[in-house]
Amino acid sequence: MRVAAALSDAAGEAAARAARLSYGRLLAILAARTRDVSLAEEALAEAFARALEVWPRQGVPDNPEGWLVTAARNGLANVYRHDRVRAVAVADVIRVTEERAAQAPAFGDERLALMFVCAHPAIDAGARAPLMLQTVLGLDAARIAAAFLVPAATMGQRLVRAKARIRETGLRFAVPEAEVVPERLADVLEAIYAAFGTGWEAGPAADAGLPEEAIHLARVLLGLMPEEPEVKGVLALMLHAHARRRARRDGAGRFVALSDQDPALWDRDMIVEAEGLLVAAARAGRFGRFQCEAAIQSVHAQRGITGRVNIAALEALYGMLARFHPTVGGAVAHAAIRREAGDVAGALALLDGLPVAAREGYQAALVVRAHCLLDLGDRVGAAAVARRALEVTPDAAVRAHLGRVFGLA
Amino acid sequence: MQYMLMLNETEAEFARRTDPVETADYWGGWNAFIGAMAAAGVIVKGDGLQGPMLATTVRVVDGKRHVQDGPFADTKEQLGGYFVIEVPDLDSALDWAARAPCAVTGSVEVRPVLPPMAPPGV
Repeated sequence: MRVAAALSDAAGEAAARAARLSYGRLLAILAARTRDVSLAEEALAEAFARALEVWPRQGVPDNPEGWLVTAARNGLANVYRHDRVRAVAVADVIRVTEERAAQAPAFGDERLALMFVCAHPAIDAGARAPLMLQTVLGLDAARIAAAFLVPAATMGQRLVRAKARIRETGLRFAVPEAEVVPERLADVLEAIYAAFGTGWEAGPAADAGLPEEAIHLARVLLGLMPEEPEVKGVLALMLHAHARRRARRDGAGRFVALSDQDPALWDRDMIVEAEGLLVAAARAGRFGRFQCEAAIQSVHAQRGITGRVNIAALEALYGMLARFHPTVGGAVAHAAIRREAGDVAGALALLDGLPVAAREGYQAALVVRAHCLLDLGDRVGAAAVARRALEVTPDAAVRAHLGRVFGLA
Repeated sequence: MQYMLMLNETEAEFARRTDPVETADYWGGWNAFIGAMAAAGVIVKGDGLQGPMLATTVRVVDGKRHVQDGPFADTKEQLGGYFVIEVPDLDSALDWAARAPCAVTGSVEVRPVLPPMAPPGV
């Protein structure tokens, strides 16, 4: 009895570990030839269920991944058995998976191709990050939905639609050709960063994101594309941001602005790793948007050592960022830096250059403008703008913070 | 897989077809594009179409035929021709679509062709 229980536990653990570590790899292998992510997911889920049933009785196989691929492959064959139209594809799948299984455990890694499919320009931009989280990391739809602040049913539908689109439009499961990699990689990085959370641009509501999972995705990608400086850049950026997670709220749960944070609360290991990545990225001699954003965060992190923020460096980096990746969020952050450097007129000029919707409805833009007006001694104007900022701030802790700063009830 | 490239052209492009100054350039561009697809052996079928000026639209409402001169919708771009091509995947189809002369001035819609239906009762 006890032996069986122990074996059962071991089997359960092995399956769980295989699920966590290689879910994405197994799924990518299965999906690469069928181009059908949903079908591969089904087959893999079946295989896991079968493993939990069989392994406790027969023992854990020497090569659990190989076993799972074989089981999933058999499942796929069952699904296809009566489908003559796809008969040729099935033969192809079986041949390829068999070849792979023969070399097990050294499966070819198809996760990179899967990531490029998930972030394909033909896929709805809003579905790319969720799709990647679900297929590469095996996150369930309910958790993804919560992170993206949409109802589970809506997210489920979005994912199903995206997978149907991959299958029906016949997207290519391959790493794109060298000349388009930078452009396509930008979409992949964008999706990973979107998974991290609405982050810097939306303020501390970012906690709703999936920072650990996004960092994990970036690590997987870095393992697959170790030479790409922008992959290091996005990972460094997220590590820098995540290093400050404990400093963003005080003991009472109140929001703490970056410039007021206690550097002692920052995660040193993460900062060290981020700095190392940035240095390694710089060796490639190809600066880009994410390296630039990470460098900005690096400047902030240096306050932990030097005790001051190098405003001139920030001003220069934001100027560069505006060239690489002009966004409203970047322009507002740039304006905030100008203001801190004492250039209130320059800050207001940047804010005035924003599109009307952002100028009047974007919380961060309103907050910086209110600060500028206060600097100029216009208390009434500042209060009016701050009040508008409050209206578009969903986070109660941030609302309270703004109320304190601008003396609003 | 088979994909249809629906080649949408602007009114200005349609006009270039017969403009004495522009016509050679216009057709030269299309001939180069079609020639490249033919050389690659991807064309299943395809045609150019007369402009929307010669379109007639028919609807049957309550069994009664309504015939209207002109295209079904008055849009800035109108279908000027189509090709069905056989390529391995959407990405390849998009590569061809991007080379069509009207991709610069108008647009190309790319859609997978429905696979042949299985005979009933199988």
